[in-house]
Amino acid sequence: MEILTRIGAALQEGDDEAVGRLTGEALAEGLAPRRILDEGLIGGMNAIGEQFRRHELFLPDVLLAAKAMYAGLDRLQPLLAAEGGALRGKVCLGTVRGDLHDIGKNLVAIMLRGAGFEVVDLGRDVAPRRFVDAARETGALVVGMSALLTTTMPVMKEVVDLLRAEGLAGRVKTVVGGAPLSAAYAKEIGADAYAYDAAHAIEVVKRLTA
Amino acid sequence: MERLADRLQAGEVLVADGAMGTLLIERGLPPGEAPESLNLRRPDLLEEIARLYAEAGAQIVGANTFGGSPARLAMHGLAGEVEAINRTGVEAARRGAGEGIYVAGSCGPSGRLLKPYGDADPDEIYAGFLRQTGALVAAGVDAIYVETMTDLAEARLAVRAAKAASGAIPVAATMTFDRTRRGFYTVMGVDIPAAAAGLAEVGADLVGANCGNGIEDMVLIARAFAACAERPLLIQSNAGLPETVGGRLLYKETPEFMAARVPELIAAGAAVIGGCCGTTPAHIRALRQAVDRTMSGRRPRAKETREGTQA
Repeated sequence: MEILTRIGAALQEGDDEAVGRLTGEALAEGLAPRRILDEGLIGGMNAIGEQFRRHELFLPDVLLAAKAMYAGLDRLQPLLAAEGGALRGKVCLGTVRGDLHDIGKNLVAIMLRGAGFEVVDLGRDVAPRRFVDAARETGALVVGMSALLTTTMPVMKEVVDLLRAEGLAGRVKTVVGGAPLSAAYAKEIGADAYAYDAAHAIEVVKRLTA
Repeated sequence: MERLADRLQAGEVLVADGAMGTLLIERGLPPGEAPESLNLRRPDLLEEIARLYAEAGAQIVGANTFGGSPARLAMHGLAGEVEAINRTGVEAARRGAGEGIYVAGSCGPSGRLLKPYGDADPDEIYAGFLRQTGALVAAGVDAIYVETMTDLAEARLAVRAAKAASGAIPVAATMTFDRTRRGFYTVMGVDIPAAAAGLAEVGADLVGANCGNGIEDMVLIARAFAACAERPLLIQSNAGLPETVGGRLLYKETPEFMAARVPELIAAGAAVIGGCCGTTPAHIRALRQAVDRTMSGRRPRAKETREGTQA
């Protein structure tokens, strides 16, 4: 238990070296990889996310914590994959066409990977057609869309409409996020859910795929 | 034409222009297309916007060069056009604004995160800003705006580059702040005292805030700057924060609503007042009228304002 608390604390300090080392120690102690992930790494990221929402810390702290999370994930990922059944399904993620802002989307990708989802990261400036084709080809359960610009938000509606036109709505759920987004906007364009930050995105995707 | 620096030194309050992006979108700029690409393809639109703002009473108009740094243009496959885009942006603004109006070159964020948060090397980002601001100076700008910054380290690189490109023209540096329970911070965690000191230290001639807030919060931001800044202030407020109504974006602050707060901005030491997202020539006209009404005398110096608030 002690070691998981230390992993979470090191992650919150953005100390990637310590997170990697402590994750190794936790494995050596015989803790299950899934538990190290949930209670150590994701627990730490959730705490960071909470403080970010309260403006007690800022983006640099979140970015360093995310880097530190990767240091732990790198050690756990092969073991989680070998455990089998750990993967919770595929999620296609991207920043919508015309928008080059991917900091938030990248954080969501890290958190979802951490939570056991297989993430297909389509990158930024992603056209509606690419979202839909990728969802079909990969068998994704969820399409996640990000936008920072008020001018690119409407592209999300194009994706939702195209999924519906191609008969994928229902089977493929949609979740939207980004600074100018809101639950009201998500509802207005017919998206299945809105996530207000990376930690919330995990909850939402888990709910949509349950 | 009298030098901009001299007029600011003399204590005048000047009015800058309003939103560029908002007007370009109204004129058909497709979402996600680099606005700066219009400098090469449709300079007539930029000329028209500069003319509308000058006619509304703006004394400084901004060139459409916000995303004109090499790093930013590279994201749109336009890295080879840095000089041409910055030059044509300035030329279009100059033609549209006409005689007696100052043209400021805009220099926005590189779009990259500096190490250790991202992978951008500070030397590379500095070199990019130097290339952009060098092109702006070569095209004859009267001032440079380093604007919409959230990372103080990046803002300082841009100010240093602008000062290296020309020691003779004023460089204004503004950051974008969010209201929190503990005061105003950029998303990267920079507060107003840190911005005021950090930007002045590398040579910014004006400091302040743009974007991210409506006029009421901008008054609070200006007062916070006045309490610590040794430099005159540049304040460019949004017409409120955008709201989506029936799929359309609306900025709800009217020209009259914004203009009503001008006396407070001037009392806080604002030397240049302009608009950001959602503001239009109608807003700038109202701001100019309010500035003219308020300025029967000189604006208070930053120091006098500070002494005033202590008294």
